[in-house]
Amino acid sequence: MLKVQNLKKSFDGFIATNGVSFSVQKGELVSIIGPNGAGKTTLFNLITGHIPLDEGTVSFKGIDTTRMAPHRICRLGMGRSFQRTNIFPRLTVFQNIQAALLAHKGKSLTFFKPVESFFREETREILERVALKEFAETTSGSLSYGFQKQLELGIALASEPELLLLDEPTAGMSAQETRQTIELIGRITKEKGLTLLFTEHDMEVVFSISQRILVLHQGRLIAEGTPEQVRNNPEVQKVYLGESR
Amino acid sequence: MSKQNLALLILIILLALLPLTESRFYIFLGTDILIMGLFAVSLNLLLGYTGLVSFGQAAYFGIGAYTCALLMKKASLAFPFAFLAAGISGALGALIIGFFCIRLTQIYFSMLTLAFSQIVWAIVFKWNSLTGGDTGLIGINFPAYLDSNTRFYYFTLAVVVISLFILRKVVDSPFGRILTTIRENPERTEFIGINVKLFQLIAFMISGSFAAFSGALFGIFNHSLFPDLLYWPQSAEVLIMSLLGGMYNFFGPFVGAAIMLYMRMLVTSYTQYWPLIMGTILALLLFFFPGGIVGFLAKSRIFTRRAK
Repeated sequence: MLKVQNLKKSFDGFIATNGVSFSVQKGELVSIIGPNGAGKTTLFNLITGHIPLDEGTVSFKGIDTTRMAPHRICRLGMGRSFQRTNIFPRLTVFQNIQAALLAHKGKSLTFFKPVESFFREETREILERVALKEFAETTSGSLSYGFQKQLELGIALASEPELLLLDEPTAGMSAQETRQTIELIGRITKEKGLTLLFTEHDMEVVFSISQRILVLHQGRLIAEGTPEQVRNNPEVQKVYLGESR
Repeated sequence: MSKQNLALLILIILLALLPLTESRFYIFLGTDILIMGLFAVSLNLLLGYTGLVSFGQAAYFGIGAYTCALLMKKASLAFPFAFLAAGISGALGALIIGFFCIRLTQIYFSMLTLAFSQIVWAIVFKWNSLTGGDTGLIGINFPAYLDSNTRFYYFTLAVVVISLFILRKVVDSPFGRILTTIRENPERTEFIGINVKLFQLIAFMISGSFAAFSGALFGIFNHSLFPDLLYWPQSAEVLIMSLLGGMYNFFGPFVGAAIMLYMRMLVTSYTQYWPLIMGTILALLLFFFPGGIVGFLAKSRIFTRRAK
């Protein structure tokens, strides 16, 4: 479904991504881990076209998306969430989701019909799915951090992605919020048959839901495999233990 | 009919009755407010809805005014066609200028809009043979049927009401909603599958077109045109009107224009220090009512109830 080959990117001489190659099969749950500054977010931005890459190729569903604009990649069926919450803060929760639906269903260039009448049912369905139904009329910027993350997931779902990229979906959450969010993500990916690629700092989360784990360190992929294999990989142990002790 | 629409209908009827006062002063002020109000609302499509702070809106105002006047004077085109052509020229001007400006963001975007509007001003200022340069463009033959203060007032009222009706439809449409998501978060909007630059450019063109209509009206209103119409203080003034009235409300900029023009009329009859008073009001406003006057009223629900 997603194939990344030899990606390279540097910022003013700092090498953020250094020859990363991997692929994700349809229906897989793959996580990318690595210490802070390992290049996880940069890697996501390269895949979704938010940052132009220096070298390498990205293909999605067999289509070369290497230099495609983000909105086109999105339309092909890739959804993403951002590490720092990325919603439309002054709009209501309902309007956030509705806007994503308008974009996805090609109604965004409709000029003279009242927007209220569009996709009311579909919006409610998604709100229910991400457990935000009771907050429909709340200004989204005033939601708690955890709820904002849930809303972001809803926005990503509205474009009916086949591949979902989640950048630290539980960053900054309390233990309880983390557990709820992970349950939610797990349930939705299963129901919708989504392919999931996500970064995460919480190791417990990573080992509990990933089918495969990629380990990124200083812009390079240093290990890849099942949770069991990665846990026992000596190099990974060195990187992680060296960081924390 | 919603309460807001009923209030608007009453307001339009009252405005239509204004000439009955037979006061030249009020008819003149009313015309001025209608024209500048439309100008401010056109800017606010960019400012309040799309989140693009344009410092060069006077360019389209001037392009509209000069297009309408020149087509009539030099090409002897009938007024209705010249007037429509003004709107089209505003959209085209915005297409060309916007094409470059939207490539930049934030302060760089704003500076570029300013730079382009100054370029347009310089062209008008220097092209003596066409625009009359600094001496301006005078002796434009506007049609006889508009040649009375009252008739022109009614014409202006009709144009402005129709324009605002269209603009309001646009901001309440899915297109308008997407503009607000761009204002809130362009990066995210890109990744719900929207070509942000395209939407910004369309907003630019709509805004430029209505600014040009207001400019064309202003030209007739003044019976003469000067390059000052396009000079940067004109852009600043309309920006201040929008902030004063409130940029997060559709009618905010219109209210801002009305208050500012009325106050200027009032203050300048007592003192020459209008800019000082204006500056003070603006400073106080930004500190205490960042949402502008309409934003403040809406929040405290003095005369409107929050839309559901």
